[in-house]
Amino acid sequence: MTLKQIEGSHGVAEAIALCRPEVICAYPISPQTHIVEGLGEMVKAGELRAEFLNVESEFAAMSVAIGSSAAGARTYTATASQGLLFMVEAVYNASGLGLPIVMTVANRAIGAPINIWNDHSDSMSQRDCGWIQLFAETNQEAMDLHIQAFKLAEELSLPVMVCMDGFILTHAYERLDVPTQEQVDRYLPPFEPRQVLDPAQPVSIGAMVGPEAFTEVRYLAHAKQLQALDRIPELSAEFNAIFGRDSGGLVRPYRTEGAETVVIALGSVLGTIKDVVDEMQDAGHKIGVLGITSFRPFPLEAINKALQGAKRVVVLEKCFAVGVGGIVATNVRMALDGTGQEVRTVVAGLGGRAITMSSLNQLFLDAMAGKLEALTFLDLHRGVVDRVLERERQIRRSGPIAESVLRDVGTVASNIA
Amino acid sequence: MSLQTVKFYQTGTFTVGNRLLAEDERTIQATAARSNSLNCGHRACQGCGEALGARYAIDAAMAAANGQLIAANATGCLEVFSTPYPETSWQIPWIHSLFGNAPAVASGIAAAMRIKGRSDVRVVAQGGDGSTTDIGFGCLSGMFERNDDVLYICYDNEAYMNTGVQRSSATPPAVRTATTMPVGPEPGNVFGQGKYLPAIAMAHGIPYVATATVADLRDIEYKVRKAINIRGAKYLHIFVPCPLGWGSAAHDTINLAYLAKECGLFPVFEAEQGEVTGVSKIRRLIPVEEYMKPQRRYAHLFGKKPALETIAKIQARADHNIKKYGLLEQGAQR
Repeated sequence: MTLKQIEGSHGVAEAIALCRPEVICAYPISPQTHIVEGLGEMVKAGELRAEFLNVESEFAAMSVAIGSSAAGARTYTATASQGLLFMVEAVYNASGLGLPIVMTVANRAIGAPINIWNDHSDSMSQRDCGWIQLFAETNQEAMDLHIQAFKLAEELSLPVMVCMDGFILTHAYERLDVPTQEQVDRYLPPFEPRQVLDPAQPVSIGAMVGPEAFTEVRYLAHAKQLQALDRIPELSAEFNAIFGRDSGGLVRPYRTEGAETVVIALGSVLGTIKDVVDEMQDAGHKIGVLGITSFRPFPLEAINKALQGAKRVVVLEKCFAVGVGGIVATNVRMALDGTGQEVRTVVAGLGGRAITMSSLNQLFLDAMAGKLEALTFLDLHRGVVDRVLERERQIRRSGPIAESVLRDVGTVASNIA
Repeated sequence: MSLQTVKFYQTGTFTVGNRLLAEDERTIQATAARSNSLNCGHRACQGCGEALGARYAIDAAMAAANGQLIAANATGCLEVFSTPYPETSWQIPWIHSLFGNAPAVASGIAAAMRIKGRSDVRVVAQGGDGSTTDIGFGCLSGMFERNDDVLYICYDNEAYMNTGVQRSSATPPAVRTATTMPVGPEPGNVFGQGKYLPAIAMAHGIPYVATATVADLRDIEYKVRKAINIRGAKYLHIFVPCPLGWGSAAHDTINLAYLAKECGLFPVFEAEQGEVTGVSKIRRLIPVEEYMKPQRRYAHLFGKKPALETIAKIQARADHNIKKYGLLEQGAQR
């Protein structure tokens, strides 16, 4: 193992290279570009023996991945935001066909309004697409999850999306443990496809299925994800045995013992939340944290178990279902069905808005005091919204929405309180 | 002894004689060794030009690739009628992914073969004119531009037949489809729209582009064999009449494909590196009406008051092709 001071994207590129991918397809979109750039350079320099294809769109990237994976090649691609949406039809197709492609999603907001910064709207929009979705908390975990992802994907013949926060992780430089090739080879066996396009044994892949069998084919996809619920913790343990590091798994409780309030989140914001919770615990508050690593499959049992003893649950999520509220929170409620535990939804960090320790501190104090509404938007400038709504009431031709808001806000502020 | 040019046409038919030829001169279709890549039992309509074209082309590709062939198929009639679960007519490794991505899927297969050192395996992608000229056009252009080692075959029946005969960008002017109905002052598909994909393929400068019709088996087999033996991106555009969509008789499929070429509306040629290198000459030039009249999709032009102006405009298109591609033998008379 080598310690390197590198960018998160570069770390992921190194981890992918160690997994010996055979086909990599790339289409530029921020903030995932540095990953495929890194891989492209390795291929061009002859350090990595793989086919690197510069394709014309994300839809083509996933389609090339479908072809190469079906032809038996270990296949990788990366995308984010609009790119993920542009490839959606092929994303569903890859999982429907059961092709073990691994893809990084460098999480970024979805427009309009166009926004390049981090939130989870992109991968959450694909929560029902049939892919396994793993969320990395740190760059080290992002590297490790990719190595585990290939093993999980190929065992189950299902595609895996590794989600890492755009910019916050992808562009952060920090010290990373880069595994050795020997370690990765020991962990990850060569790809043995369940189905392959082989002239020696011709098969038809992607036949039309009618009502007589469609339900069964779809249920199989669900059954496989349920298998993943068992395999993900095992693969994490196997990873630990070889790499000596605790990475992956379904959920990650932090100081939940005796906690009456538990905060649930995904991704890099867990670091900030843990710092706040440390301070609050030191001050005598009974509050803990539960990180969700595997969002699909959603670990209902593991979450239910981890939350036993908690009186209230605060789900802090970087996405929301417009017109309803929380996405993660809705899933958490399923895990708590019948327990009577109170679930509060907090939408935070949309489009890269900073989630500060002071905001979280106040939020958690409110939650513990029972003052939190069912749905809260952290640091929402209510005045701005009200003024836009008032303008719309008074003027028919009120103009483009985003421009109305920006006119009111003034200069684009980073909004750090 | 001077060589004599042998013509394979039997009098009064459009079929090609084989029985008098030596084994090695026969078409692949006429040999016992043909692969039957698209086997019998599929659900294509009677007289389907696409089924015939695919069978000719893929059997020829299998022969040229010594059986080492993988195909990617776009959504469409060919996909639907050949693979109703749990049956398949395909005797070759075959994948259907989506309507608009067959060229990219094929690029992925070709990449996998390259990294695995399987240069013996050849890759074909295929689809109808809708997937080729419209929804899959981006992926097709990308595959061309990267010069990926794929032969793309478009079976052109000039509309979206699988969804119920809607206009595509390969639908000719004046044609009746479900979305260009023969009503109003300018009935049928409008003039001045649409795209001609063989020329666009040539503009990419790829090694090989060719057109063919399902009426000429030998020509299809020749072009497929040639394409399979070239490394890089290849495009073959095969004209395949559709009795259902065109309102033509099932027994007229070959005849109409032949007439489309003979009137000049569908030029048959081949091009290398963007330059035309060969043209199939018209044997007996006919006016476009002779091709159009047996098709109900043109019926609104031939009522009690024939739309002479419209027919003249279609004839002008044919004349333009004849001139542009040099479709008439030198000295031939109109």
